[in-house]
Amino acid sequence: MIHSLFLVNSSGDIFLEKHWKSVVSRSVCDYFFEAQERASEPENVPPVIPTPHHYLISVLRHRIYFVAVIQSEVPPLFVIEFLHRVVDTFQDYFGVCTEAAIKDNVVVVYELLEEMLDNGFPLATESNILKELIKPPTILRTVVNTITGSTNVGEQLPTGQLSVVPWRRTGVKYTNNEAYFDVVEEIDAIIDKSGSTITAEIQGVIDACVKLTGMPDLTLSFMNPRLLDDVSFHPCVRFKRWEAERILSFIPPDGNFRLLSYHVSCQNLVAIPVYVKHNITFREGSSQGRFELTLGPKQTMGKGLEAVIISSQLPRGVLNTNLNPSQGTYNFDPVTKLLSWDVGKINPQKLPSLKGSMSLQAGASKPDENPTINIQFKIQQSALSGLKVNRLDMYGEKYKPFKGIKYMTKAGKFQVRT
Amino acid sequence: MLSMSTNNLSYNDQGGSDSAVEVGQETTPTSSNAGFGLFSTNFKKNDDLKEMLESNKDSLKLDAMKRIIALIAKGKNASELFPAVVKNVASKNIELKKLVYVYLVRYAEEQQDLALLSISTFQRALKDPNQLIRASALRVLSSIRVPIIVPIMMLAIKEAASDMSPYVRKTSAHAIQKLYSLDPDQKEHLIEVIDKLLKDKSTLVAGSVVMAFEEVCPDRIDLIHKNYRKLCNLLVDVEEWGQVVIITMLTRYARTQFTSPWKEDGQFDENSETAFYESDEKKTKNGDEKKSYMMDPDHRLLLRNTKPLLQSRNTAVVVSVAQLYWHLAPKHEVGVITKSLVRLLRSHREVQYIVLQNIATMSIQRKGMFEPYMKSFYVRSTDATHIKSLKLEILTSLANEANISTILREFQTYVKSQDKQFAAGTIQAIGRCATNISEVTDTCLQGLVLLLSNRDETVVAESVVVIKKLLQTQPTQHSDIIKHMAKLFDNIAVPMARASILWLMGEYCERVPQIAPDVLRKMAKSFTSEEDIVKLQTVNLAAKLYLTNSKQTKLLTQYILNLGKYDQNYDIRDRTRFIRQLIVPNEKSGALGKYARRILLAPKPAPVLESTYKDRDRYQLGTLSHTINTKASGYLELSDWPAVAPDQSVRNVEVIEPVKEWAPSLGKTGKSKLSKSSDDKFYSDSGEEEEEKDKGSGSSSSDDSSSSSSSEESSSEAESDEEKSSSPSSEESDKSSSQSEKSSSESDSEQKKKTTKKPPQKKTVKPTAKDSDSDENGNVAKEASSSSAEETSSGSDSGSDADSHSGTERKKKTKSKAKPKVEVKSTKVVSLLKEVSLLDLDDFNPTPVTRPKMSVLSPSLLGDLEGLSLSNISSTIQVSGPAFVPEKRHDLLHRMAGKGLSAHYQFPRQPCLYQPTMVSVQISLTNTSDHPLEQIHIGDRSPTGLHMHCFNTIECLLPDASVTVSLGVDFNDSTQAANFQLCTKEDQFSVSIQPAVGELFLPVTMTEQDFRKEQGKLLGMNESSATITMAAENTTSQPISRQVATVANLGVVPSGQDNIHRFAGKTASSGAVVLVTVELRGESTALITINTEKSVMGPMLLRDLKWALAQA
Repeated sequence: MIHSLFLVNSSGDIFLEKHWKSVVSRSVCDYFFEAQERASEPENVPPVIPTPHHYLISVLRHRIYFVAVIQSEVPPLFVIEFLHRVVDTFQDYFGVCTEAAIKDNVVVVYELLEEMLDNGFPLATESNILKELIKPPTILRTVVNTITGSTNVGEQLPTGQLSVVPWRRTGVKYTNNEAYFDVVEEIDAIIDKSGSTITAEIQGVIDACVKLTGMPDLTLSFMNPRLLDDVSFHPCVRFKRWEAERILSFIPPDGNFRLLSYHVSCQNLVAIPVYVKHNITFREGSSQGRFELTLGPKQTMGKGLEAVIISSQLPRGVLNTNLNPSQGTYNFDPVTKLLSWDVGKINPQKLPSLKGSMSLQAGASKPDENPTINIQFKIQQSALSGLKVNRLDMYGEKYKPFKGIKYMTKAGKFQVRT
Repeated sequence: MLSMSTNNLSYNDQGGSDSAVEVGQETTPTSSNAGFGLFSTNFKKNDDLKEMLESNKDSLKLDAMKRIIALIAKGKNASELFPAVVKNVASKNIELKKLVYVYLVRYAEEQQDLALLSISTFQRALKDPNQLIRASALRVLSSIRVPIIVPIMMLAIKEAASDMSPYVRKTSAHAIQKLYSLDPDQKEHLIEVIDKLLKDKSTLVAGSVVMAFEEVCPDRIDLIHKNYRKLCNLLVDVEEWGQVVIITMLTRYARTQFTSPWKEDGQFDENSETAFYESDEKKTKNGDEKKSYMMDPDHRLLLRNTKPLLQSRNTAVVVSVAQLYWHLAPKHEVGVITKSLVRLLRSHREVQYIVLQNIATMSIQRKGMFEPYMKSFYVRSTDATHIKSLKLEILTSLANEANISTILREFQTYVKSQDKQFAAGTIQAIGRCATNISEVTDTCLQGLVLLLSNRDETVVAESVVVIKKLLQTQPTQHSDIIKHMAKLFDNIAVPMARASILWLMGEYCERVPQIAPDVLRKMAKSFTSEEDIVKLQTVNLAAKLYLTNSKQTKLLTQYILNLGKYDQNYDIRDRTRFIRQLIVPNEKSGALGKYARRILLAPKPAPVLESTYKDRDRYQLGTLSHTINTKASGYLELSDWPAVAPDQSVRNVEVIEPVKEWAPSLGKTGKSKLSKSSDDKFYSDSGEEEEEKDKGSGSSSSDDSSSSSSSEESSSEAESDEEKSSSPSSEESDKSSSQSEKSSSESDSEQKKKTTKKPPQKKTVKPTAKDSDSDENGNVAKEASSSSAEETSSGSDSGSDADSHSGTERKKKTKSKAKPKVEVKSTKVVSLLKEVSLLDLDDFNPTPVTRPKMSVLSPSLLGDLEGLSLSNISSTIQVSGPAFVPEKRHDLLHRMAGKGLSAHYQFPRQPCLYQPTMVSVQISLTNTSDHPLEQIHIGDRSPTGLHMHCFNTIECLLPDASVTVSLGVDFNDSTQAANFQLCTKEDQFSVSIQPAVGELFLPVTMTEQDFRKEQGKLLGMNESSATITMAAENTTSQPISRQVATVANLGVVPSGQDNIHRFAGKTASSGAVVLVTVELRGESTALITINTEKSVMGPMLLRDLKWALAQA
């Protein structure tokens, strides 16, 4: 299956290589570099590149390319999914997945990669199992290790790998037993010039942070499970129970995990929580353009819009901007032509606006398309679809856990065409 | 990094000045290490590392290894450190060991001779009692790509494949692939192992062994038959990566084994969405319409069991299920995958790319599937280019009369996109829509013409090209457009577009007689500065005009032809010469000249604007080959449906007769199984509970399938009966239906059969032991006999191999291995031989073995070696006689309850004569009534799997007479009671024998040293201990021995120390070693330690012992 893995940074250097079978020369990456050169943007490198003897399957995350070398037929998603799992694991271990973090922890990285694949076939990808095998480096542990000479490699053997619930490690103990669930919904939308919605849909996830002693068996029920149109579960969720009763029943992994992701059925009309008034014009023959943008809340169910950020890729002809925000800060990068405006909170009484002029390249013709505006925002304490958790029960353990649930709505890919 | 540097500094004093420099450099942050590596000479650095590795401080070694790993990670060569590193392979420090493994696997191929030094370490670790250590040893051993150790690997794999731990078996499945890639000649042997592992019921193993199957012998589809249903049923509980592999394999399997569920006429209802809608409407009626087709219940089973996996969080699993439905499900059921695929579009960019590709292929054939989700394919400005173009592709495929206006409006936005490549793609898409949907052709054409005045060259060029194609398909009056394009000609610089316009002029020159010559005139002027493709078209245009309008253009044409004649490009020169000969009449021109007009101005077929994904479905969806649109190496073709389904009974797991024989006694297995599992809860290592669960789900679903299949079958039967009751075909269908009914009932009983077979397997996996059991009971399983035959043959092979090596060495090894599994069965013997290391370089620390022991054991062993088929006779040899036989009698049947028959039982603690796995029980029967009792015998028993050797029927028992009979009961190493019925002629009495845990053992003799060694293997979870306060009388050796012997049938092990008493035994059924140590501590306290792999029995025995020793 997966023959080798190369980690390539944005400047095109291979800074880590790992082989699970015979060594594949790193010159195989030349094909990748060629493709990288051809691509205008880093994102445009095709994920699958055939070469005479190998196939390169790559993912790009945190500005690092993870290039897997394949020799024979294998479902490409299998590899892609695995690579993403690798990145997730690194992130889990080191907090960030950057070139520096990987280089600093190269031994742990190597140990992890060794455990995750055997002969190119995934062996242990559950983070709970990996953490039993190899303890994540923390500052405290580093200090302790220095003093005592002990290591990051777990002494005890990962029995979880063999159990019926491979995602949960054994012998979990906490003094404070807590279970937190975050219902996070993202709204994807395309709004057209006139402000009408072209497409809008809501995708949600329930992320959990469960710190419970022993082997708790949890059930989570919803007030309105019918809202969920299409769902995918963490392997711990008992599918039969969901099919029959629309109840999530599971023995949770220890720590953070994604319990569920769902899609809200598209029959329900999606309330768009924000509107944008815009007036962006370029005049033929003039080297000036007008730029006006006003934001306002709309159908937010009384909750405030927070952490609003506007970003827009302005046309290549724009040399610079001279804008005046009524609140927040704005920034224009003349090289990438990326305009970003950190608005912050929207006050319905005093709508934020960004007005001013753009200077265009002299003599250049007027750009034929107005830029698209991407909006990010957050609405706390509300799930846009109206999904509500009914109750959470625990079986199998005696103690009383502390339970918490939080709702949040975020903008996903929210675009306004102008 | 911090820790490393401080460590280094602390050892500095010993290191000397050289290393001080080194250390100083090393303290610089790692990021600069790469640069540092360049400046320092490599060998000097390595010297330093070598020194560190050779020190006797683990921390120094560890630091060295960490630096070496960092070198490897950067792709630097660290191979000359091999000898220094390999020395540490047996280190006690786990992290150090792991890093050495990493190094070893990386460089073993380059340093084959030195790598051999490490082999013995792994061979030793392969015998470790801890399954995880065994597994990791096998993992590393098989990863060392050194051809010389192939035989060792082969042996290790074979042995691991029958390991009791599913995790080790999983590792062996991985090792199969590694060995195969190292030495393909081993294929046949490996297939045997694969076959064996395929039968494994653990979910851990399933995915890995199927992977091995795919890699080694994907064509051996016959190996799957018997495991097909099991795989289907296990699938949900297999880990996600295994699911992908199994699903892909089962897709291929199903295509060879089942008949097509698709309608005969429209196997691919291409482009006929109407057909799809029809089938949609008629979904409910489908059943009535397609009487002829009846889905195989196994086919249904696969579809049903994969469906829940569409909810998996793993995108690879979802897509593999999607492709399974696409390739296997009836057309009207494929719809279920749509939602899940659309959901994946929220995932990472790379995932989107693959999913969109698959959707693109699907949407060409089945627009209806994705049309409701059209908006999910709208392009966002932030999408990557390849994703944009895929979305465009799908939108184009989805376009129909109803939604085209929406789509075109959307396209209008895209055309204006800043990403010009994407805009060009959109124009092509518009062109395709225009050809596919005739209603909008004109609108599209107008729109495209408007685009001709676009400022961007690529957009204009693309429009020209598309318009050209459109005009060709619509050879009506479009001279306006052509004129318009001629006007634009001067402004267009893109060669392809210019060439297209020229071609259009030439082709339709009769429609624009005024303009064409003028264009030609302009071209004549700029001919020399044009691109090649434009020049060629200019020549073409000139020729065509010459033929239609020679008056105006003769001179121009000659001029152009002259220019062409001396062009730098040979293509153009060639074309010019050809055209000249063709059109200019001269004396040499032959017959061809007459036809010049017909040649050049022939009506040309319109180009077909079609998707690049049109033919992609020749590859299995979701595969690499599908993604790159060429056959990847190792791609396995998906075969077409067979016209006639192959025999479906091949998937039935058992032969019919024995099952029937067993049927009456199978009823109550469930109960015993359940209690068994609860017993085994402690048994933390293997996936028992998992298995239980699987079995539960498996049996339930197979029940389902059988019921559904039978109902289906019966309906078909009825129908066919109605239709033509006398025709041979109906007879056939009758037969087949009855057959399949039979098979379904069989599969039912199979499930139960599996359960009955479970207990023997649970202990230590010994297939032949199991087989011999069933043989005795007259249950001749076909596979069993064949597998045992295989075993024997392989056994003799390895035997001869081993002979070539030094005899003493072998004996030592063999014997040391032999002891733990004292009752030697034929498989055991085979495995013993396998354990003989072919390459034992381990001279440094020979395993401690004592001489006298060897002489005791070896004869029996040799006996076993000679006669592999003699299974059990020799096994009793090491078993010693009981140290003590308790007199205690237990009531079996009270005389009141037994209507005068009273029965007592006791354990004589003698090895059972009937079968060594049984515990012998003496029953004394007394007739207390006043009439003779006749025909006393044993009736029904439970659990049904209970193996019991009954006594012969006692014909008559006179009043006041008593008789003692003996009985053999296989308790399966559990204290679960054996229930059976004691019958007389008139009555039946239910009785039960409840063994104390101590009675399930057989005493063995061994030396103290052996005891310690065995104990060393059974640490950790295999050990249970307790400190007790003993009664005062029990503090000396005599009473202790007596008390222990009373409680448990164990043998005394001579002890060197006065305060430590040791006892040893083995369990009757599985022969697992049980070791008891009583260590006196102080006045009246003692530490009891019990070591046994039977983790349920350990604590129970401990409890009994505590109780006994605390008592006076």
